[in-house]
Amino acid sequence: MATIEKAHGEDQHDHPHGWRRYLYSTNHKDIGTMYLVFALFGGLVGGILSIGMRLELMHPGLQFFHDAHMFNVFTTAHGLIMIFFMVMPAMIGGFGNWMIPLMIGAPDMAFPRMNNISFWLLPASFSLLLISLFVEGEPGAPGVAAGWTIYAPLSTSGHPGPAVDFAILSLHLAGASSILGAINFITTIFNMRAPGMTLHKMPLFVWSQLVTVFLILLAMPVLAGAITMLLTDRNFGTTFFTPGGGGDPLLFQHLFWFFGHPEVYILIVPGFGMISQIVATFAKKPVFGYLGMAYAMVAIGGIGFVVWAHHMYTVGMSTAAQAYFVVATMVIAVPTGVKIFSWVATMWGGSLEFKTPLLWAIGFIFLFTVGGVTGVVLANAGVDRSLQDTYYVVAHFHYVLSLGAVFTIFAGWYYWFPKMSGYMYSETIGKLHFWLTFIGVNIVFFPQHFLGLAGMPRRIADYPDAFAGWNLVSSLGSYLSGFGALVFFFGVAHAFMRKQKAGDNPWGAGATTLEWTLPSPPPFHQYNELPLIK
Amino acid sequence: MLLLIRLIVFALTIVAALAGGEPALAGLGQPSPWQLGLQQSASPVMDNIIWFHDFLLYIITAIAGFVLALLIIVMVRFNARANPAPSRTTHNTLIEIAWTIIPIMILMFIAVPSFKLLFFQLNVPPADLTVKATGKQWFWSYSYPDNGGFEFDSLMLKEGERKQDQPRLLAVDNEMVVPVNKTVRVITTGADVIHSFAVPSFGIKIDAVPGRINETWFTATREGVYYGQCSELCGKDHAFMPIAVRVVSEQAFSAWIEDAKKKYARDEVLPSTTVAAAQSVPE
Repeated sequence: MATIEKAHGEDQHDHPHGWRRYLYSTNHKDIGTMYLVFALFGGLVGGILSIGMRLELMHPGLQFFHDAHMFNVFTTAHGLIMIFFMVMPAMIGGFGNWMIPLMIGAPDMAFPRMNNISFWLLPASFSLLLISLFVEGEPGAPGVAAGWTIYAPLSTSGHPGPAVDFAILSLHLAGASSILGAINFITTIFNMRAPGMTLHKMPLFVWSQLVTVFLILLAMPVLAGAITMLLTDRNFGTTFFTPGGGGDPLLFQHLFWFFGHPEVYILIVPGFGMISQIVATFAKKPVFGYLGMAYAMVAIGGIGFVVWAHHMYTVGMSTAAQAYFVVATMVIAVPTGVKIFSWVATMWGGSLEFKTPLLWAIGFIFLFTVGGVTGVVLANAGVDRSLQDTYYVVAHFHYVLSLGAVFTIFAGWYYWFPKMSGYMYSETIGKLHFWLTFIGVNIVFFPQHFLGLAGMPRRIADYPDAFAGWNLVSSLGSYLSGFGALVFFFGVAHAFMRKQKAGDNPWGAGATTLEWTLPSPPPFHQYNELPLIK
Repeated sequence: MLLLIRLIVFALTIVAALAGGEPALAGLGQPSPWQLGLQQSASPVMDNIIWFHDFLLYIITAIAGFVLALLIIVMVRFNARANPAPSRTTHNTLIEIAWTIIPIMILMFIAVPSFKLLFFQLNVPPADLTVKATGKQWFWSYSYPDNGGFEFDSLMLKEGERKQDQPRLLAVDNEMVVPVNKTVRVITTGADVIHSFAVPSFGIKIDAVPGRINETWFTATREGVYYGQCSELCGKDHAFMPIAVRVVSEQAFSAWIEDAKKKYARDEVLPSTTVAAAQSVPE
């Protein structure tokens, strides 16, 4: 069989068919597709949870949840799912797997079998998290309600049931999955670039992935250590985080945020790379200040490791420590500003074509700026005193993640969908999706700044009546965004049914990276002859 | 360029209207419906926080407005119809240095008042009164070590227990009471999990961590009742453990102390009599 198939030509490689093709897959494109489908599913579950929370918060009083515990379970699961089972699989597992080999001129990832286990750990991890929703957490109530930050002692003595153990094991698997992926990406990017492609000729998307996977490699083990200590505190009588045995609850927070702050850059830096590719493509102009863009990401990643305690200004840190974290945090605004202005400068003098990916990219640049400047406000410990743990923080991190990271994912999705599937999506549906989402999410999150300034705490199922007005507005916005998500799914189905061929390069002269030199979709194995980069 | 300047001026006008219009809409001691900004101040620290926040609001609105204006200009001037032939410019050393140096200068401009505020908050002045607040699932206990160390629990009032004018989810049965214009030191700790003691109008928020004592301070400048809510997720009823501080005149405070000593004395005495009784049992 194998010899006959090979005889048909270069594209016909022997590989398992049916379900075996995916379960046993060692192909970066198939694995990337599985990551993307997985992320769509994760996003659907996480999105439904968020609509559930907004339904509850639409009016004062408890309407949908019989107690506040279940609401807290929703916030916890929403956070964990969106981070570990939506954004990371989409950006790194999905687009990273698909595009890194194509962009650097490599036939596949360096460790194809490890790539397989990286992906298949995730469904197992997600299952453990879903199981945690149905076993006891707080006394007599199911699910983890300790927030995605799972601070001790609420996650130890506060949750005697096994739900937190399931969540910890879930995070362990997700962490192992992403560490293996990171090793694979680093090896691939360092060793498998096509002849002539020096590091300084790499597309910025590959640079962004390189920075991201280094952050994963250095940050995830810290989370693993912290949650292992949490696990032994819970089950084996250790007292790492229990003052009664000489431990300290704040130790957990320091360990958690030493992972947690780089983690938020893990969620956004690949998006920076995508936006650079997209802006350059549709401006028909090379990226402005390429080296500055690449090293700005390196700087953001580096500084991201030394700012963690700005999440902890109210825990009772010394004046000197707070002052240090104020300065270090504000420094991040500088490389971030370089990126924003370089994107604008890339478009300046260009010949912009407002295709759907560019709309998402421009939307991202503005909304990320808004989220960035509220970040500068929060960086100042003095004013953060009033805003810590309020909806102002919720608004801030959703502007940089829900409106930042998610906008980049959609930008990347529309940009590479023709390449990955071979079909053109409908511009009309894509643009409708963009405008519904853009208007919707702003209605959701902009009023939350007002709620936060007025003092509304996060993670509460019911609020004083004065907060009712803006909460109603915010909830209405979430239904509009939810409708936008339905339009997205309709658009995907429509594109696959319409089957309009995309061609090798639907974007024209501006799309200069290697993936556009291949057919759409690319052959099962590409670059039988390595491309030569001049 | 003219468009850019106009947009920024327009944005700043809106911010000025917001910042200037705030006190009318913002609640004192509790939020008010459709409030846009911070709660009104009732302490010197909060005065400074509000000033600093408004200062930052002007700066960040100008920056966001500037980026928005640039994006609009780019979209108008450099779309495919207006500019069919793209340039190939990829470098401009001067502008790249400018957009690195100018943000650094803006940040230094922010850092000076930021540190002033931070040091003002964290240097606790000599206190006239110390109150210890202990966070528990799901209520607060207050004790007054300067006045005999009586302690009482403060629980949220439920439906039917509240008077007409008391706000839902904020009013409590036993308020923490302090004198006006006196420096109050609050020390906090957690009995079970981490809670956080926060009163927006005083500009204070300090975590109550098991095994630790944290401190903060405020000087209430106006009499009245000031509400806050637990600000660290602490389990099921996290939303239902408000903080209520009643600020009264010095005379009223002395009278309250005398009452409170009697009213809450029972809790103090009870354990000690139990111990004494236990000891009196012959072995």
